[in-house]
Amino acid sequence: MTSPLSNMDEVSPAPATPEPEDQIRGLSQGRIVFKRFMDHRGAVVGIIVFLLVLILAVSSIGLGPIPGWWKYSYKDTPDIMNGGHPTLQWLPFHLGEHPFGQDRVGRDMFAMTMRGAQISIMIMIIVGVVAAAVGILIGACSGFFRGKTEAILMRFTDMIIIIPSLIAAAVIAKSSQQLGGVWFLAVFLGLVSWTGMARLVRGDFLTLREREFVDAARLAGASNRRIIFKHILPNAIGVITVNTTLLMSSAILTETALSYVGLGVQPPDISLGKLISDNQAAFSTRPWLFWWPGLFIVIICLCVNFIGDGLRDAFDPRQKKFRLKKDKGDQRVAPAPLESPVDDALHGSSGATEPGLP
Amino acid sequence: MLSYIVRRLVASLFILLGASFIVYLLIAYSGDPLAEIRSSNSPSKDQQIATRTAMLDLDVPPVLRYFVWLGGAVKCVVPFAGQCDLGVTLQNQPVTAALSTAIPATLQLLTAATLLAIIFGVAIGVVTALRQYSTLDYAVTFISFLFFSLPVFWVAVLLKEYGAIGFNNFLASATIPPGVIVVLSLLSGLVWAVVISGTWRRRSITFATAAAATALVLIFLSATKWFQTPSLGPVVIAVTGVAMAYGSTVLFAGLRNRRALYSALICVGVGVIAYFVLQPLLPDMGFWALVGLLVVALAIAWAIGHFMGGYDRSQSIRSAMLTTFGVSLLIVIDQFMQNWQAYSQNPLVRGRPIPTIGSKIPGLDGDFWITGLDTMTHLILPTISIILISLASYTRYSRASMLEVMGQDYVRTARAKGLSERVVVTRHAFRNALIPLATIVAFDIGGMIGGAVITENVFSFQGMGQLFLTGIKNIDPNPVMGVAIVTGITAVVFNLLADLAYSALDPRVRVKA
Repeated sequence: MTSPLSNMDEVSPAPATPEPEDQIRGLSQGRIVFKRFMDHRGAVVGIIVFLLVLILAVSSIGLGPIPGWWKYSYKDTPDIMNGGHPTLQWLPFHLGEHPFGQDRVGRDMFAMTMRGAQISIMIMIIVGVVAAAVGILIGACSGFFRGKTEAILMRFTDMIIIIPSLIAAAVIAKSSQQLGGVWFLAVFLGLVSWTGMARLVRGDFLTLREREFVDAARLAGASNRRIIFKHILPNAIGVITVNTTLLMSSAILTETALSYVGLGVQPPDISLGKLISDNQAAFSTRPWLFWWPGLFIVIICLCVNFIGDGLRDAFDPRQKKFRLKKDKGDQRVAPAPLESPVDDALHGSSGATEPGLP
Repeated sequence: MLSYIVRRLVASLFILLGASFIVYLLIAYSGDPLAEIRSSNSPSKDQQIATRTAMLDLDVPPVLRYFVWLGGAVKCVVPFAGQCDLGVTLQNQPVTAALSTAIPATLQLLTAATLLAIIFGVAIGVVTALRQYSTLDYAVTFISFLFFSLPVFWVAVLLKEYGAIGFNNFLASATIPPGVIVVLSLLSGLVWAVVISGTWRRRSITFATAAAATALVLIFLSATKWFQTPSLGPVVIAVTGVAMAYGSTVLFAGLRNRRALYSALICVGVGVIAYFVLQPLLPDMGFWALVGLLVVALAIAWAIGHFMGGYDRSQSIRSAMLTTFGVSLLIVIDQFMQNWQAYSQNPLVRGRPIPTIGSKIPGLDGDFWITGLDTMTHLILPTISIILISLASYTRYSRASMLEVMGQDYVRTARAKGLSERVVVTRHAFRNALIPLATIVAFDIGGMIGGAVITENVFSFQGMGQLFLTGIKNIDPNPVMGVAIVTGITAVVFNLLADLAYSALDPRVRVKA
């Protein structure tokens, strides 16, 4: 394997790992990653299910001014039929009037769940994009420039880690109505969850900046900006992609948890977490109000996690070695680095289920 | 090394100051603490506003108010500076007092959950790593992703519904319906068939045996209404003890070391005798007496292991002590079970022993066993929900770590020099796989004191998370700051400990002195 991939596992003191070259000669990095990703069954299923959910959520009730094919909107309050029981039938498949049932005032649960899924997915993507952008920028600058820049930026990162995200969410919840609601919440959540990304990117940059191709680029007269964005960043894309997926899956849980305690999405907006929290008292009488939004959270989150796992397998050259074991291939493994991208990506998401305190 | 620690601590101090300043401003600007009084129609409105303004120094702008708060908070860390003062809550209760009740509650909730999650997570992760790409591995991977994707409050509501309300309803009759027995037996057969891998023939035998055994046990439990008057009895303790003896010997010494096996088995025998001796004594014992007994038991186990000896004394001692610990635990559990009926028929419990909220039944008095049961029944559901969601990350992490270690050269060397697979796994691989885990565990223990905000909220547990959340909702800066500063300090300290532990455990990593 050539340089772009093999440097991923020597973030800190580990020496470079030579890879058997004949295995993948002639393929670009993108092709290799794509091929390995498509070999990961869980990830492929995950991405297909996720797209189906997305299509269902967007096409059924439409997006913004565009109408969808479903007859009710999440704001309508039609008369309650049959005690609000769900009419969905699997065999033979039949949606009925209110497939997911109706809530106390008669709103159609299907439309509300779809709307909640839209909002939750939107928040997830915005958080992912914002956090990735900020994290990459801060991590790249501190890893590349070292010295004072690094010290200041990393102490700043440590500080943000300590600030509980619940506080930030509380401030937003109180003022989100004037400021654009869900969008603002999502951007702000992104602004407090970039810390793990920054640390990982910094770790990657610290090793990448010492490599020959950086010296070559500098000798050729490239500016710092060009070296960072054109030469080093593409080499760190594996860590970044994997971590962004994990960020997204934790973002969707953070948002639902915040909405659950009343500090996330505020009425009249709805999200999946808010639907559950609104309806948990009715669990004994109307369990469907509770099951469907929860099921969608789990499905979305599961898909994103599987996609992340597939990406990690695809990007991480170390994963390959264990498969090589069967072919009696080269098994050399670098010593465990202190901040290995895989491990940190895993750990970075471990706190995801409980938002808030550090 | 020392200069590294000092530099880290000084840097942490500034980080804490900066973070607390930002948190203070955020909470101060998150709303108006007087809003609820302003909107009321009380005749003494102006006076109430004035009182609260004076109490919380609301006439001072937030930026300066932070320094007033800091002036009080500094006294908590600097010695001889006077009374520790973190301000008062909106209810005029000192924050230090609120914290001193909240911290133990949170620790009580999270200690067991975190420990169990770590133990189970690491064990499952290691086993799946040793069986990479087996059915078990795929099943566990899928399940851990599933748990990882569950919102904790969703799990909590389901647990309340089925774990508490459903179980309490079931206890009224304590008979298991035949359908449930069939499903559970098949499920258990399936699990065992996946865990014990092998040829299809071996798997089907495992499946049939496990399913039949489970069915028999369930029928027995149902017929004797075991769940109303549970107990283990000497037979179950003896049989489980022997299994533990074999298990711990396999783990520590290998079955070929007969002396270790015998010392563990002798411990089981002593434990069963102790069971009969202790029966009249246990009901009057308290917590510390039990701890004392455990120490005595472990000392006896040490002595048994020591005198049984063998070519490696420490192996005998270790397997004897682990077995003894397990048997002692069983005896205590049995005693708790004997008190179960008294507890569930207590007028305050009214036959519904698993509660959905709170940390204890107010006004319940009884001896150590009754109050212990009360605490346990209250803790069981939050503990399960925390374990379910945090198990996944430990499993994934220890699996990755173990896989990495198993591919190392020194593992191949160990195999090449003819060591048994057990020694290779437990001594060479497992210990090294634990090194990166130490970092995570340190982080998690540091984060533990911050409480599980959502879990505490769902189960109405009055811990740190709840204090924090109510503070945020009522725009009450002082308790929020109190919690934030405590969690901040623990996070910083455990961060440092994690780094130091790593460099101590892995000589390749050195801190920059």
